[in-house]
Amino acid sequence: MEDSARPPTLRAQGRTRRRLAVNRAAEGGATLAALVAVGVLGVVVVSVLLRGLPALNLDLLTKNQPFFGETGGGIANALVGTPIIVAIATAMALPAGVLVAVYVSEFATERVSRVVRLALDVLNGVPSIVVGIFVYGLVVVGHGQSGLAASLALAIIMLPLVSRSTMEVLALVPHSLREASLALGVSRWRTVLSVVLPTVRGGILTGATLAVARAAGETAPILFTSSIFLNSVVADPTQALPNLPYKIFFYSEAPDKTLNDQAWAAAFILMAFVLVASLAARALLARSERKLTHR
Amino acid sequence: MEASPASQPARALDSRRRQRDRVGDVAFRWLTGAAAAGSVCLIGLIVYKVVDGARPALSRFGLSFLWHQSWDAVTNRFGALDFVVGTVYTTGFALFVAGPVAIAIGLYLSELAPRAVRRVVGPLVEMLAAIPSVVLGLWGILVLGPVVHDQLGPWLNGALGWLPFFASRPISGSTMLTAVIVLAIMITPITAAISRDLFSQVPRDLKEGALGLGLTRWEMVRGVMLPYTRGGLIAAVLLGAGRAVGEAIAVTQVIGTTAHLTADLFQTGDTLASRIAAQYQGAVSTLQVGSLFYLGVILLAMSLVANVAAQAIVRRYQVERRA
Repeated sequence: MEDSARPPTLRAQGRTRRRLAVNRAAEGGATLAALVAVGVLGVVVVSVLLRGLPALNLDLLTKNQPFFGETGGGIANALVGTPIIVAIATAMALPAGVLVAVYVSEFATERVSRVVRLALDVLNGVPSIVVGIFVYGLVVVGHGQSGLAASLALAIIMLPLVSRSTMEVLALVPHSLREASLALGVSRWRTVLSVVLPTVRGGILTGATLAVARAAGETAPILFTSSIFLNSVVADPTQALPNLPYKIFFYSEAPDKTLNDQAWAAAFILMAFVLVASLAARALLARSERKLTHR
Repeated sequence: MEASPASQPARALDSRRRQRDRVGDVAFRWLTGAAAAGSVCLIGLIVYKVVDGARPALSRFGLSFLWHQSWDAVTNRFGALDFVVGTVYTTGFALFVAGPVAIAIGLYLSELAPRAVRRVVGPLVEMLAAIPSVVLGLWGILVLGPVVHDQLGPWLNGALGWLPFFASRPISGSTMLTAVIVLAIMITPITAAISRDLFSQVPRDLKEGALGLGLTRWEMVRGVMLPYTRGGLIAAVLLGAGRAVGEAIAVTQVIGTTAHLTADLFQTGDTLASRIAAQYQGAVSTLQVGSLFYLGVILLAMSLVANVAAQAIVRRYQVERRA
């Protein structure tokens, strides 16, 4: 009854006003957090652009590391080595990952598939440096560093990524499609190979692209497997291959402006590749999901 | 009578094909099964190989490795205490910074952002996760480091110097705080993406019911969404922790890789992963290599615990929801 004495108003008062203020503060905080995250991404990308672009030149792409104290030179050997390492890693991880996914989604019982899924998640959680010392203990101790050892380490990192993403798209394939093929008298394995897998090609490619993007930038496994290499272009994967991530790592700690600049240029190249690859994967995924769900 | 000579080869063809199909089916099943079994065995092999590599240090130091402090290649005495503490300390601080921010980003993306903004900002935050750690480390050492040394350090020390965390001024850009910031940047997109997905799974009628009772949006978040997604949020933060614990490269680049037990974030530090990475070429004796592997065993155990705990929470939570 006290309230009615006051002139009626739509403006919130007292407790309500405080509640609305708290609400506004919380909303502001959440918005600010998103802005900060985007801002940090912007700062990192812009500083790589600002420092990497000026250092990009033909010498950088075509020459190798300068002698101590000299200027000039480049990272040509790393630009050859990284694609080789990543390509071999993909050649190992992609077929294996798809096979695992096919087993889980086409053949395995509920319990077995849960075990395999858990194993893949655990594998995904193994720190990349541990994968590095694992391959070091497995291969490098006996046979020395090599591009192949680096590829094996990267393949172990890629396997769960490829496999989990393939499983996800396989689950989207309608059962009627499989049943139609089986009803025509096509055997199980032919159904998988020529009906199921082609349907999800886009999804598998997406997962593979994301895994390649992740592997290309991994440095920790490379330290133990392909970090002592010649200062020349090497294309033989049985030897240690020069590579971009290690160059960035090594040059970033070098007390030499020329090498720091080259680290930025290498970072620019690596990051451009990784970001373009993940954008492409995103576009690809959107397309293939649209295709699958609107069938 | 005429048909029989023709159907004879046809039937033979048919049965040959059927046999080929059967063989193909069995072979295919075995092939995929072997790949699946291989991926499960791979984990066992990793654990075995890393423990095997640690054997020299295991037999020499036993469990005392865990609480011994020195890392001395001259006297051949190695211990993990500094690195375990450094790992827990930097990861803890990174979670303290990144956890709330990441959850807030998730809330913004699922509740507040207009559709157009959501479609741009969501992928941008995920892009942050795609930046290779070595590039982030390069940025940390050459851009962030000087900022910490010249501006952030003196300022925090001046304003909050009475806290043990900011007790001194940094003598270089390589400090534990630099590592904490870099780790926070790495964790944020992971945790933010998972929490956004969790928030978008909260049933609409629950949210609308709360709003219909006259709650403000924040009260609805606190009273309905956070309790509903609590388990998942804990898992999201744990997954971020797993990432931070295992990050080697970026931390090695910015932390200074000299360990001493101190609460002061402006001192140099070291973590398990960064010590292994820093010593990749420097390990000379068998015992030192073994000790590095021993650090790897501890690291593997810590990140497996974080990851498996996160999975378990997610799973229990999914089962509850379904019931």
